[in-house]
Amino acid sequence: MAATSSMLHLYEYGVVWARRTIGTVFAPPPCLRANAAWNKLLWLMAAMVTSLAFVLPAQAGLPIQHWQSASGAQVYFVENHDLPILDLSVGFAAGSSFDVGEKAGVAALTQGLLSLGAGGLSDDQISNRFADLGAQLGGDFDADRAGLKLRTLSSERERTGSLQLFATLLQQPDFSTVVLEREKARVIAGLREAATQPESISSKAFGKALYGNHPYAMGEMVEPETVEKIGRDDLIAFHHSHYTRGNAVIAIIGDITRVQAVQIAEQMTANLPNGTAQSVIPPVPLLAAAVEKRIPHPAAQSHILLGYPGMKRGDPDYYALYVGNYVLGGGGFVSRLTEEVREKRGLAYSVYSYFLPLRQEGPFQIGLQTKREQTDQALALVRQTLKKFIQDGPTAKELQAAKDNIIGGFPLRIDSNGKILDYLAVIGFYQLPLTYLDDFNKQIDKVTTAQIKDAFKRRIDPDKMVTVIVGDDGK
Amino acid sequence: MRRAILFFLSAMLPAVAFAGNTQEFKLDNGLKLVVQEDHRSPVVVSQVWYRAGSIDEFNGTTGVAHVLEHMMFKGTKKVPAGQFSRMVAAAGGKENAFTSRDYTVYFQQLEKSRLELAMKLEADRMANLNMSDAEFAKEIQVVMEERRWRTEDKPQAQVGEQLMSSTFQTHPYGRPVIGWMNDLEHMKAQDARDWYKRWYAPNNATLVVVGDVDPQQVLRLAQKYFGPLKAQKLPERKPQGEPEQKGERRLVVKAPAKLPYLALAYHAPSLRDPKNDWEPYALEILSGVLDGNPASRLNRDLVRRDRIAVDVSVGYDAVNRGPGLFEFDGTPSEGTSVEDLEAAIRGQIEQLKQDGISEEELQRVKAQVIAADVYQRDSMFYQAMQIGMLEGTGLSWRHLKDYPRRLQAVTAEQVQAVARKYLVDDTLTVAVLDPQPIDENAPKHKEVPHGRH
Repeated sequence: MAATSSMLHLYEYGVVWARRTIGTVFAPPPCLRANAAWNKLLWLMAAMVTSLAFVLPAQAGLPIQHWQSASGAQVYFVENHDLPILDLSVGFAAGSSFDVGEKAGVAALTQGLLSLGAGGLSDDQISNRFADLGAQLGGDFDADRAGLKLRTLSSERERTGSLQLFATLLQQPDFSTVVLEREKARVIAGLREAATQPESISSKAFGKALYGNHPYAMGEMVEPETVEKIGRDDLIAFHHSHYTRGNAVIAIIGDITRVQAVQIAEQMTANLPNGTAQSVIPPVPLLAAAVEKRIPHPAAQSHILLGYPGMKRGDPDYYALYVGNYVLGGGGFVSRLTEEVREKRGLAYSVYSYFLPLRQEGPFQIGLQTKREQTDQALALVRQTLKKFIQDGPTAKELQAAKDNIIGGFPLRIDSNGKILDYLAVIGFYQLPLTYLDDFNKQIDKVTTAQIKDAFKRRIDPDKMVTVIVGDDGK
Repeated sequence: MRRAILFFLSAMLPAVAFAGNTQEFKLDNGLKLVVQEDHRSPVVVSQVWYRAGSIDEFNGTTGVAHVLEHMMFKGTKKVPAGQFSRMVAAAGGKENAFTSRDYTVYFQQLEKSRLELAMKLEADRMANLNMSDAEFAKEIQVVMEERRWRTEDKPQAQVGEQLMSSTFQTHPYGRPVIGWMNDLEHMKAQDARDWYKRWYAPNNATLVVVGDVDPQQVLRLAQKYFGPLKAQKLPERKPQGEPEQKGERRLVVKAPAKLPYLALAYHAPSLRDPKNDWEPYALEILSGVLDGNPASRLNRDLVRRDRIAVDVSVGYDAVNRGPGLFEFDGTPSEGTSVEDLEAAIRGQIEQLKQDGISEEELQRVKAQVIAADVYQRDSMFYQAMQIGMLEGTGLSWRHLKDYPRRLQAVTAEQVQAVARKYLVDDTLTVAVLDPQPIDENAPKHKEVPHGRH
């Protein structure tokens, strides 16, 4: 509940890197009443190419069962009876990158309307039925993926009731015109508001500059004008072509047996549209020259983003870049960027870098906010820190510290059903090997300083980066 | 970490917990230890809760509780500035801290065998903080950046801050946790040192440990590291009670934005006597009836049916050291005014007072309570938060067992009764965001210069 968070007024020591995502996965930032309310809109806005860049860690002994359903879907299951709950997600290659320019927003609206009318049940009837069963509905949406998530009690009545309703949402969405027009108005209102706020202005400009005509810019192309053009037929067609059996990835964890999981996977997919996996996203072109965009805004702080096309899922440089980024700007309070920008000089509250691995090269991004008067000082410092890192790589000591944290912290990554569910979905969607988790720590341990230096040198060109500054106009 | 906290914040009803294998201990120096076993995963969360938040601050040094929280990472004699985080990171841990109106909390999440490190480090900084003027001078700049980021540049956050300030004119809840900018600009290292000296003592703290641990072993570690610390006399806490509000208050905030925004706050009680109070539970249920799921009254009628709002929500939190509030907020649809939205929300309140709620609505909220009670067991961090919140506000973790039961006992008549009693015009404060166009030629945001720059 929105105001509940505001009433707690929590102020953290630091922003721990958790990127914004679209969907009901994340609650709003702490302590801001407004954002709480606001966040409800975000799932529809689809204004960002984001999702938590989780790195998939591994642990021996997380027994993942995998099979293909009779209907053609890929299924990933972990049986766990510790708690009387069941978590399920069904995802498709149906994210914002599958939109087309003049109607950007179709993918997000399709996902958003799944739960707002299906099988003859109204949006209110659906919400009430889930609530009566104590079930919680969620969703995922990013550049690659779109889907729904369910958490339910595993007891017979609750489980069967909520699974049946969940399957109806996926398979028989109504996409009613009345609901669509209402949601379009809400999305458009959200877009107009976002166009005035420095944080959303910067991320939109960044995505456009980084990806240009590539589909990964499509999430930033959603505008009131493109949303206006979207009709019911567009959603029906998108659902028909993308929410298909062959395209479905099902992740399940919880208090059921394999036999039940097999049945559930069939139930979820039997009546999906026919179709095969189809997720052709072209490679991301590198930037020919540096781009710097300064967008004036009267805010107290400048919002600064720097970036470059980063890495893919399954990238040969994945581990080197991941460990290297921990040293550079991913390691919370102990990264070089935090040390230089925050600890030594007090120039920012939050400064970070991350790679978001996608089907193709997701963004490598550095971000910070600083008082507008010190914009150029902070920007120069960040550029210098990055340049030095690319040139020299991490020290042996830094590498060891990074490995200690990543490897030693592994158990925390899979300490709840909710977290494991997300990992199963990623493994399935990107067809990572089932041994991926088991091998993760070994792979991290093998990374050398030379590999990191080499990978950053080849992959990130500091002289051709995108820079976006919203706030101080430099005049 | 942030995810975990937020998960907690977004839970439908707070403090609905299953108190399983939980044990409480008290050291001779007054430190309370609460251990909850959860053997589902080989991890542990350790949280130190100090009962010192912005509620304990004075005018002129608002924000000092939070500033001190930042300074707690700036070194002791044994562990120099920055080393705390490095040591936790090297152990594979995650850590952070947060300050609220009622308490300040420091936490680590670790693989279970590393718990001793967390204990050792926390005990050290409970007594031996070594705060240099140079570190303070840098960190206060960081805190001011934090304030700009959270509040100055977020129009709706400004509305929230002003709403609190107007709702509580006497009680310290009227002041922002992060502090007024002018107070931050004039804060001295000594202010933070004084705060530390006043409140950081074992007898003002609760250590909460949840995870794959043996309670006796945890107790031994606590005795080893926290045991030698000395208790100290804590200052008297004055209640600073808010005088009764005798008439509606209204305020407007102008800021660069596109959409207006509306927030309403009514004074309401907090939970004081968990066994005998019933109103806070009825208010919890009321907030669930209004906004517990997307088809609850407000979203169903104002967003989905009438399209007056693009968004609307309700908040009530029963567990506070100070007084409670029952809040509404929302964004009107394009073509609808904040006045229309306010009228619609107040219309909903009137209807509730007149007709009460249906048995179906009541049962629906209760079904969600039962399920939430199970789901929250999937997160150790969340479980620790619930224990700490109750302890930190002066209630007991033992109350967690009763909480779902007490919510289950609420009747439809009680829900109507609290609506009639507390959602009354004379204790209402209304705050409105009046969006301003972004004028690139307007004078830039200015800050008052001062000596330290």
